[in-house]
This record gives sequence, C-alpha cells and structure tokens, in this order.
Amino acid sequence: MPKTNDNGITTMKHTPLHDQHVALGAKMVDFGGWDMPLAYGSQIEEHHQVRRDAGMFDVSHMTVVDITGPQARDYLRRLLANDVDRLAAPGKALYSCMLDEQGGVIDDLIVYHLDVDRYRMVINAATTDKDLAWMRRQAEGFDVDLKVRDDLAMIAVQGPTARERVHRVLGGEAERVADLKPFFMAELGEMAVARTGYTGEDGYEIMLPAGAAADFWQRLLDAGVKPCGLGARDTLRLEAGMNLYGADMDETVTPLESGLAWTVAFEPADRDFIGRAALERQLAEGVGRKLVGLVLEDRGVLRNHQPVLVNGAVAGEITSGSFSPTLGRAIALARVPADTGDSVEVQMRGKTHRARVVKPPFVRHGKALI
Amino acid sequence: MSNIPQELRYTETHEWIRLEEDGTLTVGITDHAQELLGDIVFVELPEEGEECAAGDDVAVVESVKAASDVYAPVTGEVVAINTKLTDTPELINQDPYGEGWIFRVKPMDPEDYDELMDADAYQELISEE
Repeated sequence: MPKTNDNGITTMKHTPLHDQHVALGAKMVDFGGWDMPLAYGSQIEEHHQVRRDAGMFDVSHMTVVDITGPQARDYLRRLLANDVDRLAAPGKALYSCMLDEQGGVIDDLIVYHLDVDRYRMVINAATTDKDLAWMRRQAEGFDVDLKVRDDLAMIAVQGPTARERVHRVLGGEAERVADLKPFFMAELGEMAVARTGYTGEDGYEIMLPAGAAADFWQRLLDAGVKPCGLGARDTLRLEAGMNLYGADMDETVTPLESGLAWTVAFEPADRDFIGRAALERQLAEGVGRKLVGLVLEDRGVLRNHQPVLVNGAVAGEITSGSFSPTLGRAIALARVPADTGDSVEVQMRGKTHRARVVKPPFVRHGKALI
Repeated sequence: MSNIPQELRYTETHEWIRLEEDGTLTVGITDHAQELLGDIVFVELPEEGEECAAGDDVAVVESVKAASDVYAPVTGEVVAINTKLTDTPELINQDPYGEGWIFRVKPMDPEDYDELMDADAYQELISEE
C-alpha cells in the first residue's frame, strides 16, 4: 500500500513485513516502487541457505487477483497462452504467459484453480497496472469478476527443509498441506498454502491476511527459516533456469523465442487464446531466435545486455547474467539465433570470452546439472 | 556507518592507501565501497612490475551485483599484488583494510601521497553521496 509523507508526496510502497526487514538490518532497495530487502547480510550465504536448508522471501509486493464467476474458465482460456483446462483437479497450479495480439509477452504468471468458477492469479509487481488494465479490458463480455487481493501478504519458504519447518509452524493444520503434490494449493481458512516457488527447490508459497503476516514471519524465524532478499532470489531463479519478466522476455518477444514454448497450449486447436494467430504465423515462418543458457569458461561475471558473438559477429545478447553461487562461476540466459551451436563468445568489458551453450536449468534441488 | 581508519589516505573513487615503512603504498577499496558492491566474487589483479599513471584502472572488483574498476592513486610501478584474492575474493568484504588489500605501488614521486585525501575529507565525501 502506498505511503504518503507529511507533504502529501507519495513515497515507496511498503509490504506488511517492511518493519520486520528494517528490524533485521536488511539493505533495502527500490524494486518497482516497493521498498524491498536486497539482502539481510551476505546474499551468497542466503542463496546457499535456500539450496541447503530453508530460507524465506517476502513476496507480498506481487499482486494476487481472484477471478470468479460462471465464465471465469472461459475468460482464462481466452486470456492465457496456457490452458486452464489442464487444471482439472481443484488446487492445481499452472504457469502461463499472458500475450498481446502480436504474441508479445505482457506478463508471466501462476494461475491456481481454487474451485469451480474460482481461480487465483499471481502477477508481477512491476507490471501490475498494465496487467490489470489489460485483464479488465479483456473481461468485457464475460460474466466474470476480478478482485485484487491487496489484503493478502505472501511469503515464499523454500529449500530442502522448508516444508517440514512450515509444518511445524502450522501445527495441527499441517496435515492438510503435508500431502500436497508439487504445483498444488490448499486453502486453510483465510490462508492459502501452495507447493510452488521460484528457486528450483521444494517449498511453499503462503498467502495470508496482511495483519497476520508479521506474526507468521516471526514463527518461521523461530522455526529456523532464515530471511533472504531479492539478491538471492535472483541468483536462485537464474540457476533454476526460470525467466525474469522485463529481463528475459517482454512485449517485444514471444514465448517461442523465450524458452517458453512448453507453456503455450496449441491443443485443443479450437481454443482461440489471445496471440494464437501470431504464434502460429511465427511457427509457420520459422522461429528465428531462442533463449539458451550460457556458462562462462573463464573467470568473470556475465551481465545483462552483454553482446553475444556467434562465429565472431555480434548475434545476440545476454538477457540475465550473474554469478552462480552453487557452481562458483558465471551463468546467464541469452537470446541468440536459433541455429546457434554449443559455443559462443561474450563481450565483457572490451574483451571476448568463450561461453558454453547449455540447456537450463543449471541447478535443481541443490544439484548442478551442467 | 562505514569504518574509515584515521591513519589511511583515500581517493574520490573509494580506494584507501597505506604508506608502508619502505615508502611503497598499499591500496585497497574502502569499507564503504565493499558495502555498496555487496558479495565480491571475482578480482582481476594488475601484473607485478606494471607501470601505472595516477587514475589508470589497474584492477577490477566484481560482485554479484556489479563490476567496479580500481584506480591507481599515484603514478608509479606495481610492486606486489594480493594473489590470495584470486581464490578468496570475499576477503575484501571480510577485511577491506587488512587481508583484502589489492596491490602495492612504488610511487614515482613520494610527495604524491601527501596530496591524497585524509580520513576526515573522505568521511565528508561519502556523507554527501
């Protein structure tokens, strides 16, 4: 919720856990208008904590939208490139892109099938305003209701011991989530617990009333879950080969050029989702570019926007680059020509360095895959 | 608050300089600089024997977040480098004024040292940022 100072000037938005971050001594940064923790200490230690044990992230800046009504299903089958009919079982979650008519990616999101005529979407913070405007426009003609749940906070608890630690905090309620399969959600009264995440580790994403967030956060701390910031969240998702909206894809590219073809449901053929015609045209003409993983052979750190050379000529660009704490070397996602082979060069600070082309993920469940 | 030892000299680009008994100058980056960079994962060192002019970029410190050049504070010759940083770059985070030193330079003109900023001036510089 936006805070207004004494002069009536709107300052950065705070999540319901802002006081907790400040009290824990976090280094705070502006993240899409939100004052968020970058790290509480060493971001590399926080990264290892999630790979080896359990860490938690305040992700309350993300926007939760409930979509209800007799035509909620029809609406989502039109709105999203993936097909919510894959969510036959109640509680099941689906990753999807939301496309414009040209097939460009407006946002990527998770949609949960809560119950008959009841879905929940989690969209990115920085894209919230344009997403909601688009979703409301597309809702015209559908008997559907969109409700932004800014009364909810969200905490992601991730790592090999995350679930057992959450179970300890939930006490008697734990048995209702302990049997959740990956990518399923259970509602516990006003709380919702989903076995999803953005780190490549097992764990939960927990939505709960904003007023209950500080107490729950403290109980997770007491259960040995360490707070982790956006810095670790970024290196974890990059190792897991997960795209970041605004870096790895946006409206200028389609899912087919972004390593996300698997999230586009072309079957059944008669489902007319927004962007379908453009994607079919692109498939017919040939998809010219692809998103690949890079591993730097030399020492150094790959960075966003560094040029990628194929056969000596600039042919692509790094979309997300960083240092992988698990692998101890630099990794990246890069958009390159579709016929790129298994080796490229990257221009870094005036010099070219060789990088190996790999298929993400780089790390999954604590283990190196490359 | 960053630690700014009184006995050192400083640059506007956040290097610290210690005058050794033999007249050489040890150079590193300040506590303030390492705090801004966050976890340091890679250091590119100069070569021993390399000549440098004041203001030359002679080393690179890369954190998870960003890359930052390290500049020669005076004109002279690099006479020693901290090779420990190759395998343990995090020494700069852990002990920026000690184990995290980066290189040592023999100044061509010893009086250049006296021109460098003292601790109070550096304190003022970073409080203005």
